[in-house]
Amino acid sequence: MFLRMVKGALFRQKGKMLMIAFTIALGASLATAMLNVMLDVGDKVNQELKTYGANINVRPKEASLLDDLYGMEENAAETARYLREDELGNIKTIFWAFNIVDFAPYLETRARLNGADEVRLAGVWFDHHLELPTGESLDTGLARMKNWWDVTGEWPSDGDTDTAIVGGLLARRFGIQPGDRFTLTIGAQDVDLLAGGVFDSGGAEDEQIFVPLPVAQKLAERPGLVSRVEVSALTTPDNELSRRAAQNPKGLSIKEWETWYCTAYVSAICYQIDEVMSGAVSKPIRQVAESEGAILEKTQLLMLLITILSLLGSALGISNLVTASVMERSREIGLLKAVGANNSPIAGLVLAEITVTGLLGGVAGYFAGLGFAQIIGRSVFGSAIEIKPMVIPIVAVLVFVITLAGSIPSIRYMLSLHPAEVLHGR
Amino acid sequence: MALLELNGIKKIYGNVRALWDVSISVGQGEWIAIMGPSGSGKTTLMNIIGCMDKPSEGSVILDGVNISKESARNLTALRRDKIGLVFQQFHLINYLTALENVMVAQYYHSLPDEAEALQALGRVGLQERARHLPSQLSGGEQQRVCIARALINYPMLILADEPTGNLDEANEKIVLSILRNLHAEGSTIIVVTHDPEVAEEAQRTIVLEHGLIAAVTENKREKAE
Repeated sequence: MFLRMVKGALFRQKGKMLMIAFTIALGASLATAMLNVMLDVGDKVNQELKTYGANINVRPKEASLLDDLYGMEENAAETARYLREDELGNIKTIFWAFNIVDFAPYLETRARLNGADEVRLAGVWFDHHLELPTGESLDTGLARMKNWWDVTGEWPSDGDTDTAIVGGLLARRFGIQPGDRFTLTIGAQDVDLLAGGVFDSGGAEDEQIFVPLPVAQKLAERPGLVSRVEVSALTTPDNELSRRAAQNPKGLSIKEWETWYCTAYVSAICYQIDEVMSGAVSKPIRQVAESEGAILEKTQLLMLLITILSLLGSALGISNLVTASVMERSREIGLLKAVGANNSPIAGLVLAEITVTGLLGGVAGYFAGLGFAQIIGRSVFGSAIEIKPMVIPIVAVLVFVITLAGSIPSIRYMLSLHPAEVLHGR
Repeated sequence: MALLELNGIKKIYGNVRALWDVSISVGQGEWIAIMGPSGSGKTTLMNIIGCMDKPSEGSVILDGVNISKESARNLTALRRDKIGLVFQQFHLINYLTALENVMVAQYYHSLPDEAEALQALGRVGLQERARHLPSQLSGGEQQRVCIARALINYPMLILADEPTGNLDEANEKIVLSILRNLHAEGSTIIVVTHDPEVAEEAQRTIVLEHGLIAAVTENKREKAE
């Protein structure tokens, strides 16, 4: 009989129940969309931020030490050991290989421009095709990592061993235009190069000349060596564990160490790069890494607040609708009490109706929410939002809780009804 | 021993005396009519007898139980086990069929039994309309469903509040005929009514005015066959 009553209430009062189901669906869809976006926004924002450059700097141990102690970046190149070019591919073999978006090696030195002033010179990969030890291949380099540079002319390609790109300030000082030729000299070595492009970065690079890595290696007589590597990696915002690990990974317990190592913290990625490159010390570019973390945390907090507010709104809507529905049915409830029903079976009946309605609304809302998430993903990030299965139990619990919470006022009202009052008006 | 005994019942709402020193005794198998103008206390008396309200003073003994001292939960149980209620407004659940409306009373009493519920509808001549919703039934038919629901648990007392108040003459006759038959079968019936013709069907008429018993009339009419 209970089922007949629930079925009767649901199917013979479709309008009311559909309205409640619609409200629940709206809340569930908002929760689903927001939670999916919130859980995926980290990767999305990270990818957006990665277009603005590197967040890890890999240097030889000695250069790093001198820099840390005395800020002797310039002299370090003179004295330090170098990193091996043939080990660069190993960066894409670490545990978090998929999080390494791009990297670019630098061989930095000084050379005389057109036989006159000494200028800073860097040999780089512009757009380098790399065969990895894993059998995969990768295209990476400066052109990908510095895609916000304002370049007049063309980025050189890695095959052009006589083409360079010149920093804007330097080019203007020496009157170099794209297409001009100039000579670089180190000791007895000199090379004649074409200025393929002139760029403005807004940073110290505007005083530099970038040449293909083999050219710089030849001029500096450092074949197969690089002085540092810039890495752009997708990272998880730092927390207390990652900060402790960054200071001293050996101070962590085994469990903490495993958690840290298997999470894409910038410090964990640095540690893993150091494992695969001889004599390397990787350090996060703190300003970038921390800004990314802060932006991510704020974005996620914003999404969380929107989710909570939408759920509260939904709970209020459900509460109003259910209370209105119970008030409309006060005579029916009074009658049930008059024919001998106690409060608990009546509350059970109303709750069963709302639960079934909530279930239907919740399922519909979940799938609608997946659609909303994709719309948000496409319109904001230009890519799909990954569907997270963990959202299902969260939304189920949320729908259950908000439906229950929304039903409390109506149940309280229902329990306070006296049959004589509703049936006879007294 | 009387089935129902009201001794010195008073009911006061704020400054209003709804009932004042009302004493009534109703024997097993008796048919009583309660009459009176609006505001005379009929509904209040009905609510107290029907275990839906408690008197401010006095005692109400129903089948040996002093209901004026019982908890709300026990009053619900007494109502469920001993009283069948018939309402002027029928109070059927609009999303349940006639049959299901009768079975609701069974469900909260013991166990729903469809065959027995159909039989109860048969007693009021509505077996054919058992699968219809209240909105598909006439006022008279709805009142008959309400009576079938009141009968289904074999109550000791049938309490009918203006059972013909919303009915046309033809349906009034049908409902009175059903009540007459129930009385003939031994049911104890208390009917609250404005209608003297309905009151005449009862063995005794109690007239209330301003919460007091103004008159008690023994009707001469023979018990229906």
